[in-house]
Amino acid sequence: MKRAVFKNRRLPYLLVLPQLAVTLAFFFWPAFESLRLSFFRTSPFGDKRLFIGLDNFRKLVVDPEYYRSILNSFVFASGVTALALGTGLFVAALATQKVRGLAMYRAAVLWPYGIAPPVAGIIFLFIFHPSYGVLPYWLSFVTAYEFNWLLKGWVAMALVVVATAWTHVGYNIAFFLAGLLAIPASVLEAASVDGAGPVRRFRSIVFPLLSPITFYLLVVNMIFAFFGAFGVIHAVTQGGPSRATEIMVFKAYKDGFIGLNLGSSAAQSVVLMVVVIVLTALQFRFVEKRVTY
Amino acid sequence: MAADGAVAASARVEALGGAATMRRRWSLGWGAFVVHALLLLSVAVIAFPLYYAFVISTQTLQEVITRPPILRPSTNLLPNYVEAWTRSHMTRLLWNSGVVAVVSAVGKVTISMLSAFAIVYFNFRGKSLAFWLIFVTLMLPVEVRIMATYEVIGNLGWLDSYAGLTVPLMASATATFLFRQFYRTVPNELVEAAQLDGVGPLRFLWAFLLPLSWANIAALFVVLFIYGWNQYLWPLMITNTEAMRVVVIGLEDLIPRTGTHIPEWNVLMAAAMMALLPPVAVIVVMQRWFVKGLIETEK
Repeated sequence: MKRAVFKNRRLPYLLVLPQLAVTLAFFFWPAFESLRLSFFRTSPFGDKRLFIGLDNFRKLVVDPEYYRSILNSFVFASGVTALALGTGLFVAALATQKVRGLAMYRAAVLWPYGIAPPVAGIIFLFIFHPSYGVLPYWLSFVTAYEFNWLLKGWVAMALVVVATAWTHVGYNIAFFLAGLLAIPASVLEAASVDGAGPVRRFRSIVFPLLSPITFYLLVVNMIFAFFGAFGVIHAVTQGGPSRATEIMVFKAYKDGFIGLNLGSSAAQSVVLMVVVIVLTALQFRFVEKRVTY
Repeated sequence: MAADGAVAASARVEALGGAATMRRRWSLGWGAFVVHALLLLSVAVIAFPLYYAFVISTQTLQEVITRPPILRPSTNLLPNYVEAWTRSHMTRLLWNSGVVAVVSAVGKVTISMLSAFAIVYFNFRGKSLAFWLIFVTLMLPVEVRIMATYEVIGNLGWLDSYAGLTVPLMASATATFLFRQFYRTVPNELVEAAQLDGVGPLRFLWAFLLPLSWANIAALFVVLFIYGWNQYLWPLMITNTEAMRVVVIGLEDLIPRTGTHIPEWNVLMAAAMMALLPPVAVIVVMQRWFVKGLIETEK
């Protein structure tokens, strides 16, 4: 469709100027700087710089701690995504089972999205507290195993995963509900007339129709877990115990801000940039598909 | 599952020529009971952490460390909240968070509206470049450009300032997309009629588009308010003084680290309730806008 337009030579530039100024100053310039810094060795106070080519990257490639942080990131992101998506789909599927009170249930599960991940982390820190928390207490009836996140890396990981997933489950429910309600009731009814049971209906009709949304949410949850969850780690575990929860974003921050190793931190930022670009490209393949129908 | 038996039964009635009024009949009986039970269980599981945090925030230190844990509210609410409020300088923290959330949300909405307006209603050289530059910001979250952004803010002299806390948050590809999509649904006739009457572009934006956009603005504002309130890495980096700290970061000082402190979890939980109440209240009160905002920005 051809749109009617206004004719003015200067005005459109003035209108996009604020947005572009912020974008260039705080997005492009820093991203470009990160890229440039990653080829230099910089003294801790930034006064001296030495070009060293790909040395920062070479060091990362042979650094076992970096591999550890990559692994941690993937464990963390998959854990958060699986938990938040699984719970979200479960609750949304239940709420659309033609029962009364859909709006009420939705209101009752949506609000955790308002809780900042670090605040959620602090709440779960107490729930997991080895001496006072309610979870280790309950578990002590089942097993003698000591669920102490200060000593056991995987417990610390579980703590941050659950806290992060908790804040994101409402988001997923909102999207799954929208998707489920868009499935025409007649299709499902026709299937049940043909004798398809609930599981069969879910598997052959609901799930395929929902798959674009699921895929979109998968990517969004991954991005969120990779980047948005910095606060949980920083506020709760500080990457510990013994680096068990040190995810890539946290390591980039720590090496740069605390370790003052600017070159390595910049190189890690560049790797992270590649990760977001890949994830965002995936996300947009979905958006494009949706736009076509 | 019996629930689906009931659904299937009503579907069959309909298939056999049942009245259209049967369509929206709720299923009753065992099936519905099971579904409700599972839903209530899910709600309980999701609500439990917040309930527990609230319970702890009402207990005395003695009750907090008792075994078995006490899972019902107690009577120490007021002293805990007063202690949390004074010890963490809560007035300042909440004020700062509020400023960051409101200013960054208003700023984002404003500059996104303007740039989307330029992109939809004008033809100008470099239009696709501008669009592309805005779009690519999606791929550059704060986390991937931390050190360098810190430098830029430092050079501008914006460390420990509201400008530093809010302006860099104001660029938003998603908000720009949302307005672009919306403007495209506005019928051409409206623009043409306005032009015939000699209405200029700025007046068109102000008097025609803005009133039509309120629903989108409200939806976007809710989502952006929460986003701004819950920022963490950004304020952590660029503020060093206590006076400029936001509440999500201020909480950290109250965490009783093992061994060294009195385990005042009740005070910490009281502070946590204060930090989470504003954004959660916004979601609850403006739920309809919130859902619309979430789904339409697809951020």
